[in-house]
Amino acid sequence: MEIIKGVPLTSYILLCSMLFSIGVLGVLYRRNALVIFMCIELMLNSVNLLLVAFSRYYSDSNAQVFVFFIMAVAAAEVSVGLAILMMIYRNTKTTDIDALNKLKF
Amino acid sequence: MITQYLFYFLTFTAIFCALLVVFSKNPIYSALYLIVTFFATAGHYFLLNAQFLGAVHVIVYAGAIMVLFIYVIMMLNLNKEVEPHKSNIIKIAATVCGGILGLVLIAALRETELGEITEYSNNGIGLIEKLGNVLFGAYMVPFEISTVLFLSAMVGAVFLSKKNIH
Amino acid sequence: MLSTEIIYKIILILAVFTVTLVVALYSTFAERKVAAVLQDRYGPNRAGPLGMFQPFADGVKMFTKEEFIPGNADKQLFILGPSIAMLTCLMTGAVIPWGGDLTIGDYIFKLQVTDINIGILYLLGVVSVGVYGIMIGGWASNNKYSLLGALRASSQMISYEIAMGLALIALVMMTGSLSLGEIVRQQDEGLANIVYQPLGFLIFLVCAFAETNRAPFDLPETESELVGGYHTEFSSMKLGFYLFSEYINMFISSALIATLYFGGYNFPFQHSLGIEGNALSIVQTVVFFGKIFFFIFFYMWVRWTIPRFRYDQLMKLGWKTLIPLAILNLFITGIVIGFKNGFFN
Repeated sequence: MEIIKGVPLTSYILLCSMLFSIGVLGVLYRRNALVIFMCIELMLNSVNLLLVAFSRYYSDSNAQVFVFFIMAVAAAEVSVGLAILMMIYRNTKTTDIDALNKLKF
Repeated sequence: MITQYLFYFLTFTAIFCALLVVFSKNPIYSALYLIVTFFATAGHYFLLNAQFLGAVHVIVYAGAIMVLFIYVIMMLNLNKEVEPHKSNIIKIAATVCGGILGLVLIAALRETELGEITEYSNNGIGLIEKLGNVLFGAYMVPFEISTVLFLSAMVGAVFLSKKNIH
Repeated sequence: MLSTEIIYKIILILAVFTVTLVVALYSTFAERKVAAVLQDRYGPNRAGPLGMFQPFADGVKMFTKEEFIPGNADKQLFILGPSIAMLTCLMTGAVIPWGGDLTIGDYIFKLQVTDINIGILYLLGVVSVGVYGIMIGGWASNNKYSLLGALRASSQMISYEIAMGLALIALVMMTGSLSLGEIVRQQDEGLANIVYQPLGFLIFLVCAFAETNRAPFDLPETESELVGGYHTEFSSMKLGFYLFSEYINMFISSALIATLYFGGYNFPFQHSLGIEGNALSIVQTVVFFGKIFFFIFFYMWVRWTIPRFRYDQLMKLGWKTLIPLAILNLFITGIVIGFKNGFFN
């Protein structure tokens, strides 16, 4: 089923799953907390894109409203998350997540 | 088929820059490539006729979230020299894990049965009038609650970044 | 049919580009002349009659100066910074309606590059991307002063974007449309929006001054106090791009103020003058540019009249005065709209 001229829905599914796995890869691959945070944003984004594609497929606005809420949550999450990162940096002088091992058994 | 070409161009840009986000050495380059990825995603939104979401996506992600990221990177003065790296074994393991996850996702989603749609219509669902009616109709309460979320996030951010709190 | 439309759009885009650049070019000259008049001096009067060729002389100077990139600078980003600054400020002109419709033969030509139905969101998006030019330029210089200047400039722009957005939301609530063409058409039928939104206009004006980094909010540059802001390390045409983008921003924001709050290309009693069709459209365009030039003059007038704010005063004004005022404005607008629609009955 084509959702826009010449592009089937499957293409969007492929694109979004690839973006999502790249996000997961980034979380596993990097040690800098900021970059990990960015990769989480990337994953949220791929989900958003898939929701919009499905909303186009079913001609339904509800999915787009959900995307709107996800954006709101992402914005709130980033503001708090970056504040926490700043606190971590102030106490440990690094953004390396491996430095935060005080609670490690 | 201009939409097809646009789709492939935007897809290529998005995936290429997403990979560069992960593999660039310098955090500020990661952030800049992420901005390009976000613009490509916004392009996809416009292609899917979700104009309002496309514009909001640019304003929220490129205009607010990434500015905050770059701001923090600049303030902490992170660069290539202080960038921590994992050992090569973990890097390879991470790549394999990410690749396998991607494969599983693609293989699983490729075979999904999509629901039958009785009527396929392009009735301008992404336009701001339609979306506004849905948002302030059925989703009125969640919308109000999201404002409380924002307020708490704001208070939290201010509280966390204060230096001396007793 | 389609090709006529496309050719017309290309011509219009080029025309808007040229007009924007020429106006910005002569704004640099006008600024020096206005400063001279306000300070009882002559101003530039050597190059050409009345100093009219001064901007070209400045341009030649900018182009022929030595192009210097600091040794430890990030070269790609160092070039990218001014380019983004220039790109974003030129993109805004696409949604501004420059005049009424022109009818030639069977074709109706709109004097607006594109009348998208999310025009105001487009504007906010472009403005918010404009911050990157400054941030990237300041970071890439690899200089403490540039970095601090960039941080100052970007936090100023981010802070004032919020109040600006809130002021625009009140306007959008009133007009019920995000398309600039529609907002201007509504002002033709009724009164100009300034009558209904005086507080919103004031907030928008102050924020426009801060967004363009103009006096009294020119802290990023502060030419008489600091070495320079985010563009300390830039030279030649890269510096020229930064300075020039400020003047283009000034022109565009003047056009926006005129469009959103002062009726755009409409003027009072335009339908009782006895002219219509193409003649009226041309007169409207001339009137619109008259309004724009007035606001550009106003920018310069303020620059040479009001002293610069201190940085904490700037932040206090933005966060503790303008944002609460904008929310109050939003609240009042909402109540009035509620009354009009019979919500309280």
